[in-house]
Amino acid sequence: MPLFDRLYNFAHWLTRNREEAEDLVQETYAKALKGFSSFESGTNFKAWIFRILRNTFLNSRTGLKAATVPLELEDDDPALPVEKETPETILIDRASEKTMQEAIEELAVPYREVLLLCEVEEMSYQEIATTLGIPMGTVMSRLSRARGALRAAVKLKIRGSSS
Amino acid sequence: MTHESWIAQLDAYLDGELEGGKMQELDGHLRGCPSCAAESLRRLQWKRTVHSAGQRYKPDSALRERMQRSLSRGGSKRMAWRRQAFGALAAALLVMAGLGIVWRDNRQVRENQIVSELADLHVSALASATPVDVISSDRHTVKPWFEGKIPFTFNLPELQGTSFELLGGRVSYLEQSPGAELIFKTRKHQISVFIFQYRAVPGGISANADARSFHIENWKQGELRYFAIGDVGTDDLRGLRDLLENAK
Repeated sequence: MPLFDRLYNFAHWLTRNREEAEDLVQETYAKALKGFSSFESGTNFKAWIFRILRNTFLNSRTGLKAATVPLELEDDDPALPVEKETPETILIDRASEKTMQEAIEELAVPYREVLLLCEVEEMSYQEIATTLGIPMGTVMSRLSRARGALRAAVKLKIRGSSS
Repeated sequence: MTHESWIAQLDAYLDGELEGGKMQELDGHLRGCPSCAAESLRRLQWKRTVHSAGQRYKPDSALRERMQRSLSRGGSKRMAWRRQAFGALAAALLVMAGLGIVWRDNRQVRENQIVSELADLHVSALASATPVDVISSDRHTVKPWFEGKIPFTFNLPELQGTSFELLGGRVSYLEQSPGAELIFKTRKHQISVFIFQYRAVPGGISANADARSFHIENWKQGELRYFAIGDVGTDDLRGLRDLLENAK
């Protein structure tokens, strides 16, 4: 089963539940088997199968709930500002893996998925656009907002743990 | 370009999504700007932490087996055949992806060789006591000189009123194919422009590159491949490229 570990990791991040992640991966492979004729040879297999998984998730109960989270307008591409170095920013930069994982988990699904596809799956913007079925420009602006949201979430966690 | 506009491109730069020219420009800026370099390093470390934190969930070993069993349970012969075909095709795709990586690596090695060879040719021409075989700033002298020496012809631009001056030309070889090397001067810098038949160096180099502090601009024009190399900035190389592309 190609990309099994990667699909499972992504599924678990989306569902935040082991059983649901297992069901999601199983359903993804079943759909991929059934619809393999729709895969165009020469196109990106990874983006194709991740897209099946993501669409399957969006049709699940957890996914339907996640899809109702409103996002800010995505027309512009808000570049992340440079933060002046302070003891707090140094702590944020050195956030532990655990703090980072908790922060990622708290991100809204559209931010979480775009961030994971870029940083963990190391997909190109074009591959992400194909997987999520959104334009490249939206990938860029959403990614920028996701990075900003992640930093803000890590900051909150660090403030919370030091107070 | 303002400091903020460089910073605004940093994430795309670190994601490897900036176009060749912009990537080089930002690369150059980072070498000379400690604050942008520090910000770039900070973001790169952040990316690494996210990458590592994001690989959080591993399936337990029994899950794959369970899933395979469940997927193969029941179903018609046709479905079983489809599953086998899917497995074979998926495996083939993975092999192709692997071959793609090998191909990309080979291509990268070849590109590096071309870049290195061009830098050597440029340096050896400048270091030579006779850097050009035809000494003339007149395009109507230089162009006909190549007739019968190389298997193609090319156009040279009128340089009057521009910052470039043609010093002359010589025959050069790349990958055993003959071509033209033209030496131009701008301010106190010299630029070599190499012209070869496209079929001699079909891949060229994928992005305009750097080699030993030289910048390289390369482009395809009709059936010819051009490489401009020098220690000038990329803007100068692009200016010369524009002139050559519009030469009649």
